[in-house]
Amino acid sequence: MTQLTPADVSSPNESAAPASAPPRSGVRAPLRNPLGMISIILLALVVLPAIFAPFLAPQSPELAELGRAFEGPQPGHLFGFDSAGRDVLSRIVFGARYTLGGAALALGVALVLGVPTGLLAGYYGKWFDSLSTWATNLIMSLPAMVVLLAARAILGPTVWVLMVIMGVLVAPSFFRLTRGIVANVRGELYVDAARVSGLPDWRIIGRHVLIVVRAPIIIQVALVAGVAIGLQAGLEFLGISSGSMPTWGAMLNEAFQNIQRAPMLLLWPGLALGITSSCLVLLAAALRDVLEDRGAEPVGASAVKAAVAPVSMAPDAPGRAGLLSVRDLKVAYTLPGGGDKEIVHGIDLDIAPGEVLGLVGESGSGKTQTAFAILGILPEGGRISAGSITINGQEVRGMPDAARRGLRGDVVAYVPQEPMSNLDPSFTIGSQLIEPIRYKLGLSRKDARAKAIDLLRLVEIADPERTMDLHPHEISGGMAQRVLIAGAMSCDPALLIADEPTTALDVTVQAEVLELLRKLQRDRGLGVLLVTHNLGVVADLCDTVAVMQHGVIVERGTVTDVFDHPQDPYTLKLMGAVLDGSETREAWHAPLEVAK
Amino acid sequence: MSAQDQSLLTVQDLHVSFPGRGWRAQPKEVLKGINLDVRPGETLGLVGESGSGKTTIGRAILGLAPVASGSIRFDGEEIVHANPRRRRELARDIQVIFQDPYTSLNPSLTIGDTLSEPLLAQGLSRDEARSHVAELLTSVNLPADAADRLPREFSGGQRQRVAIARALAIKPRLIVCDEPVSALDLTTQRTVLDLLLKIQRETGVALLFISHDLAVVRAMSHRVAVIHRGLIVEFGQADVVTSDPTDPYTQRLLLAAPVPNPAKQRERRAELEKVRERERAMQAAAGAEAGR
Repeated sequence: MTQLTPADVSSPNESAAPASAPPRSGVRAPLRNPLGMISIILLALVVLPAIFAPFLAPQSPELAELGRAFEGPQPGHLFGFDSAGRDVLSRIVFGARYTLGGAALALGVALVLGVPTGLLAGYYGKWFDSLSTWATNLIMSLPAMVVLLAARAILGPTVWVLMVIMGVLVAPSFFRLTRGIVANVRGELYVDAARVSGLPDWRIIGRHVLIVVRAPIIIQVALVAGVAIGLQAGLEFLGISSGSMPTWGAMLNEAFQNIQRAPMLLLWPGLALGITSSCLVLLAAALRDVLEDRGAEPVGASAVKAAVAPVSMAPDAPGRAGLLSVRDLKVAYTLPGGGDKEIVHGIDLDIAPGEVLGLVGESGSGKTQTAFAILGILPEGGRISAGSITINGQEVRGMPDAARRGLRGDVVAYVPQEPMSNLDPSFTIGSQLIEPIRYKLGLSRKDARAKAIDLLRLVEIADPERTMDLHPHEISGGMAQRVLIAGAMSCDPALLIADEPTTALDVTVQAEVLELLRKLQRDRGLGVLLVTHNLGVVADLCDTVAVMQHGVIVERGTVTDVFDHPQDPYTLKLMGAVLDGSETREAWHAPLEVAK
Repeated sequence: MSAQDQSLLTVQDLHVSFPGRGWRAQPKEVLKGINLDVRPGETLGLVGESGSGKTTIGRAILGLAPVASGSIRFDGEEIVHANPRRRRELARDIQVIFQDPYTSLNPSLTIGDTLSEPLLAQGLSRDEARSHVAELLTSVNLPADAADRLPREFSGGQRQRVAIARALAIKPRLIVCDEPVSALDLTTQRTVLDLLLKIQRETGVALLFISHDLAVVRAMSHRVAVIHRGLIVEFGQADVVTSDPTDPYTQRLLLAAPVPNPAKQRERRAELEKVRERERAMQAAAGAEAGR
């Protein structure tokens, strides 16, 4: 695989996408997965002899030499003879033809019925969707075994007919899978873009939709094949087939009747069935790993999280601010392939009581990771690899989890970026506020409710009593952010860590939320760490600012100093990219030669 | 020549409603009579907050939103009820750049495949398409070998440049830009905006530039329309609308965006408070009027 790394394509002024690019999947991808490799080899050992059965089998599967009935394994007849004196190996090899062929027929029917209808239903929706979904539900409500038994009674004991019916019965699983995925893809912007490009529907389906459906269907095929083989063998074992064909199920049936005399006869068809089915399931699992989890990084050992290096610095070192002090903080992530990737490279921060510090940077600068590290909520695989963090003079690094939890809420509170996704849609605002208050402050339900209403009043929500009974979908984004701020204030913290608290909001709402934060800060002497990418927000609210790039702080100082006289080249570049107050364009004039 | 005759795109009294959710629910009217026009080679900025209907205007022009009534004329031709065949032909003239560069490119197609798609749809041969793709990539400052790579190998700003290249592929006369830079970092945003300006100078393409950010719209547009709750509340020259607006909502929108200068921002805050005060007084007066 010759591929350039992302760094090769990024121009110097843009940070490349952090996702490491895994090799592109191809037909050979499953072969790189050991499980997939093994199951493919085993399946080939079953399928290939079936195809070349006339050349490989010692003799015809129907050739009976009654005199040799029940004879054991011997040279030339490795698996011995069955009750009618037929060669077991030959019957296994030929049986694979019917067993696998039957499963393939059922699959083919299911695919032909399920996939195109699923595509149409998912892509166009409307009446076809309703109709086909109704039909699918009808088929799914039928008990498969009973239908097959009835079909056998009416249509006669032919394997192929039964397999076609089974195909119809499993078609809904393909229909539902396809329909669901297609309906999702239908809403993607790139499908809209293709429509705007002037592509006809069949081309959009062919290029953009089928490719997404492909992988899940391949996986489903492997799974359903295993099920089809099992069902078919079950039918044969019950004796519901012609009996004239040497299928594995029929062989099982015959062996079972002679289980006292020759128990070994059960082994061979049983093994064949077991190996084939489990190989198909393993192959499906391997295919899923390869085709679906592309790009998803396996989570590193969670044990890393607990491994905290001993604290090296004295917490009461001189020159450290009282409320929050960070020294030489390094944050690293364990890579899936072993090894570490450091993303915050030793930073210092100080917040005095009542101070508002803005931590500014672009995406990937490590500003959010810094906030998470201070809160002790780094995602799986991440850890503080060096440095010290003190909150109210207490070293929090290496602090037991329980003490840490006590600190969160009481001393440090957190306001997240996406207000809506941080409220649980199935609970009322009231219950989401009351629960933590009761837990943290040990209040009765009634007192906690009164306290919650007070908090909502504090964040200037007009009708707190009514708001308590609303669900998150009934309030606006700005109001949701007020509710979260109310929650953060519930235990009267000294330090508020706000991660892009207004980024998801409209500017007019942003102004109101900033006003609220300013009021809380002023009235309660709250210290604030404001993580943001918006320089205007920093100018509006902060006393001091730290500019972060690539995991280091490149410039810090009071907001007035840094914004009026930026020193660092990166700060200069950021300030230069600001568009506020920029020149407008010269007036429009009709082009001399208007196109056409 | 009157202004009407000059325009490339004219939208008149456009209403768009989405069906309400639930049994016999009232349809939700998103656009309540929009009038605007875009002239050849001009950038019309369209500013509004979430839910204002700004994106719906763009989608209605592209034929992706259900138009209840009103007219959209492109080059004198009514296109509201264009049949699917005519729509596909219109793709030659009207293109789009979407907001999110992460979802507007098919993750499983190479950049080259994505870019040649509109070319092939317009009947070019594969070879012609391939050489054209190389040109396109150069025009948006991406290396030519980017064609063989997948979107995930690129950063947000680079992906947005690919989306711009796709919109440019068949030399349209109008590009609807729906929040093209709001998902990007500040410095990246600047490079993408500069690229759009450069392309407009070179090709004379008209842009309908939709954004929530008044500062971005100011830098990009010749004229600016402000949309609020499905209505255009202010429409005029960019410098007038973005520095001295007359409509109270536009004033509030302008003053609410914080500027990265502590002293100026303090003044702005005071001014915003004054505008709010005035609005409240007006509302109170209106309420008293209604009460009487």
